[in-house]
Amino acid sequence: MAHAPRTHRLSTPVSPGALAELAIGDIVYLDGVIYTGREGLYRRMVDEGMVPPVDLRALSNVNFHCSPAASVAEDGSLNLGAVTATASFRFSRFMERFFELSGAKVIVGKGGMSEADYRDLFVPNGAVYLTTVGYGTGALLGRGVTRVQAAHWLEDLGIAQAVWVLEVSRFGPLLVESDLAGNSLFERENRATAEAVERAYAGLKPPSLSRYGETVSRGDEVL
Amino acid sequence: MSEIARDLLHEAASEIMARAAIEIPRDYRDGIRGMLGQEQHELSRFVLEAMLENWEAAEADRRAMCADTGVPRFYVKAGNEARPEGGFVALEEAVRAATAEATRSVPLRPNRVHPLWRTDHDNNVGINAPEIEYSFEPDADWIELTTVHKGGLFGTDYRMLFPADGMDGIKRFFLDTLVQFGRRGLACQPAIVGIGLGGSKDTSMTLGKQAACLRPVGEPNPDPGIAKLEAELKELGNNIGMGPMGFVGSSMVIDCHVEVGYTHTGGMPMSVHCFCLSSRRATARVHAGGEVEYRSDPRWFTPYMRRETVGWPTRLARTA
Repeated sequence: MAHAPRTHRLSTPVSPGALAELAIGDIVYLDGVIYTGREGLYRRMVDEGMVPPVDLRALSNVNFHCSPAASVAEDGSLNLGAVTATASFRFSRFMERFFELSGAKVIVGKGGMSEADYRDLFVPNGAVYLTTVGYGTGALLGRGVTRVQAAHWLEDLGIAQAVWVLEVSRFGPLLVESDLAGNSLFERENRATAEAVERAYAGLKPPSLSRYGETVSRGDEVL
Repeated sequence: MSEIARDLLHEAASEIMARAAIEIPRDYRDGIRGMLGQEQHELSRFVLEAMLENWEAAEADRRAMCADTGVPRFYVKAGNEARPEGGFVALEEAVRAATAEATRSVPLRPNRVHPLWRTDHDNNVGINAPEIEYSFEPDADWIELTTVHKGGLFGTDYRMLFPADGMDGIKRFFLDTLVQFGRRGLACQPAIVGIGLGGSKDTSMTLGKQAACLRPVGEPNPDPGIAKLEAELKELGNNIGMGPMGFVGSSMVIDCHVEVGYTHTGGMPMSVHCFCLSSRRATARVHAGGEVEYRSDPRWFTPYMRRETVGWPTRLARTA
């Protein structure tokens, strides 16, 4: 079993030294500036070569896979309520180029990515992955947002896909899912639960009709 | 016979939209507290404690408990004697208006988009959205509106099983669904797991979803045989060594609800649905006299809903 989890408060931009201190399972709270970005931002930057209206590299090195529960008032002011991450595994194909373009070193999201992604994409870029907790600590994370600086590409991409620039204070809790060496908390837990999962199936006969395309190994993940 | 005012139905629909998004139902919160009492593993305990803290923050701030505010839908139970002002077309309009307004005022995330063009009205209203399902109740003149804001992406699956697959088949498919969506916590467990057994494919899906979303934690099916199956499945789900976020633990299934429908003699269709750590539901009973009662237990599955034979005795017949 790993060491006892520690709690870290990290300020943005998060320094390489601070990232090196993180071990999987540690608890993290963020202070500073973070920006949301998911397929809307990634498609534009990576597939279409568009340049965001704000210099992400200068803004922050923390990218949050998120769509907030928010609305825009008639006078254009932004009302942000709860804030929750969206599942990250879907964005794997964008990450290599996105790391190059953005200089991001911290990805905050839901559910992590695969060990192969950490090895091939995160480790070479000196990046870590922090997972939100629950999931659905939307009210706690919403409390951690002290100010909305801007919502870029709001008109074109809509509320869910816009790039929200958030000033945050004690934003969390988050858990370190992957560290600079590419270790994964989820993969560690998957391995630890595998045996008990197999035991639960013991003696249950397989169904009479199979299905095309399904995995037959319970060691496989569906992502 | 007095009509139920259109404005009152609109007001009740708006109120339950906000309550569902912000207030975790008490039965669910008590259930999580109970699970925390049993959970031995540190990471799993950390997640459950964070969720309890999150629900307090949501209620204190009047903020949605989770920013993925799901895909709002409505369940309408109409008393056989109830008459909504303007008819059910007016009721549907009120429900759609309340959905759009709450999306802006709570605020909710405008999750609903066109499946092909990704067109977004930014208000959770569109073609077939919100869904509105109906049921009826004898000897009543009220209308009950229930809204459910269930997350939409993970934790649900369907399979055609056969009678020869028996209980083993049911248990295996239950485990398959929990494990595939439980890893990394994609299903946002511990969940109320709803299971639909029988009917046609669509009936099985509908019953399973209603079982997950419209029955409170701790309420067994009134059929003792089905209640026994529910207890067995809950026990099985909590003994795969997996807890919240797929971490090592024992907190996977906060409760298991099974609903059944008579099915094709050769088949046993089954659906599994996980209602997540933000089990958002709220109900209003709107009376013809103008009173409105709010609660978090939808009381959807009445004896009338589960009736097994042709007729249902009317009040007159019963008192004759």
